[in-house]
Amino acid sequence: MAKRSALPGFGLTVGLTLFWVSLIVIIPLSAVFIRSFGSGWEHFVSAGFSDRAIAAYRVTFGAAALATLINAIFGLLVAWVLVRFQFPGRRLVSAAVDLPFALPTAVAGIALTAIYASNGWVGSWLEPLGVKIAYHPQGIVVALVFIGLPFIVRSIEPVLGDLDRSYEEAAASLGATRLQIFRRVVFPEIAPALVAGCAMAFARGVGEYGSVIFIAGNMPKISEIAPLLIVTSLEQYDYAGASAIAVVMLVASFSILATVSFLQAQAERRHGL
Amino acid sequence: MNKRSSLVTPLWLKTLLIGTALAYVALVLLLPLASIFVEAFRKGVSTYIEALQDPDALSAIKLTGLVAVIAVPVNMVFGIVMAWAITKHDFRGKGLLIALIDLPFSVSPVVSGLVFVLLFGANGWFGAWLQEHDVQIIFAVPGIVLATIFVTFPFVARQLIPLMTAQGRSAEEAALTLGANGWQTFWHVTLPDIRWALLYGVLLCNARAMGEFGAVSVVSGHIRGKTNTMPLHIEVLYNDYNFAAAFAVASLLAGLALVTLGLKSLLEWQHGDDLKAHGH
Repeated sequence: MAKRSALPGFGLTVGLTLFWVSLIVIIPLSAVFIRSFGSGWEHFVSAGFSDRAIAAYRVTFGAAALATLINAIFGLLVAWVLVRFQFPGRRLVSAAVDLPFALPTAVAGIALTAIYASNGWVGSWLEPLGVKIAYHPQGIVVALVFIGLPFIVRSIEPVLGDLDRSYEEAAASLGATRLQIFRRVVFPEIAPALVAGCAMAFARGVGEYGSVIFIAGNMPKISEIAPLLIVTSLEQYDYAGASAIAVVMLVASFSILATVSFLQAQAERRHGL
Repeated sequence: MNKRSSLVTPLWLKTLLIGTALAYVALVLLLPLASIFVEAFRKGVSTYIEALQDPDALSAIKLTGLVAVIAVPVNMVFGIVMAWAITKHDFRGKGLLIALIDLPFSVSPVVSGLVFVLLFGANGWFGAWLQEHDVQIIFAVPGIVLATIFVTFPFVARQLIPLMTAQGRSAEEAALTLGANGWQTFWHVTLPDIRWALLYGVLLCNARAMGEFGAVSVVSGHIRGKTNTMPLHIEVLYNDYNFAAAFAVASLLAGLALVTLGLKSLLEWQHGDDLKAHGH
């Protein structure tokens, strides 16, 4: 094995770290898994995969996927504009991109509801066109678009900034068009970062609660998200049921993030060495 | 000729791209932000001030401050300890430990609250014992603090670990060789090198601690004037159709978000090199 570090504090800091991680992360999270199976496998399945729960997963994952897709396109555009162009207010736009990280989700939720309600700034424009957003499943997508944008912009930006322009120059001198250069030279380079950003935005969107519940309308089986179903079960003191839904969601988001970090490690190996 | 034409973006395309990006940012981010302040003052300044002087609002503001004052320093200290353990020492399972530290970021806020109800709630693992000893955690302040510590757990460590890894150990080793003890080495060598990154992590940690909704909502019990933090108080007011007051309290949190973003940008601008792990 490698030589022991010369720096002091091994026992103290590693010990405290293990203690703290166990106390705050490992023990509480294992409680969910243990409790979800505490009332037997059958109760786990009947609570975790009831019709209402499955409808909630469909709404939650569907809305998160759609929001991520929208942000993948526009987030890439925003990152591109911020990295490649100079324009007045660029720094302000760059700071604004992080707003969803800093603005509390409940505040975002009531603000978005006010805008997209039928008498709101955007809602009153859409109403005559027959487009409804607030208190409908579409509202969930709007909330998750807000929540997810910075994840995608912030993961593409550094990669795009570090990109060696000489490949693009080479492609151009060989006669490639602008679109060809983007598709064949630039996009493959930024694709892993785009995928990673999308995965983070998706995982965050799936778990999101605060901004969604105000705008969703929360109709069971139509616009009810899985985290809300957990809260509802908990209010009825159905701990095992709440835990079962939580376990399904935890397993889903852990698998997404594990898959992405595996794909990224592979991409790095291919590029790096 | 051809080379130029496909490398330089023509003005019309550049204008189109910048215009679309700005329109998207304005629609998705700036419009909601503006609406908070417009709605807050819709019924006049006096209604705004009245909403903030309401005893329940004041107690929510106090509770939010209290929770942040406990959770943020705790996470700061343990964030430094965890980053030191991981970056200054070698041991097996480091990758797993880093993944565990990051884990709270990928857990739904509602689940983050749920875990503490399962442990300390009336029907929880320690519920009966706690009741016997007359200790209340769930539907009380300790539960809110615990849930907040959980959701803000990774902020400081995650900011410090890449930076301290890149900085290496040679400066500390030199200090020790020159006769400094462990504390002196940390205080005079390590801390000055990580202070801006630490401040950055603490800033983000604080914003999340004051704004957390889902996790806190599950453990708080929504007792007015007692266990409602500012985000929970907003929900109560909103559900009572007291929109002006809800947006008035929301405007305070939006102001906090703007200050956070301002300081964050300032840190990135002034100390960008000290925040991120450069070198190889």
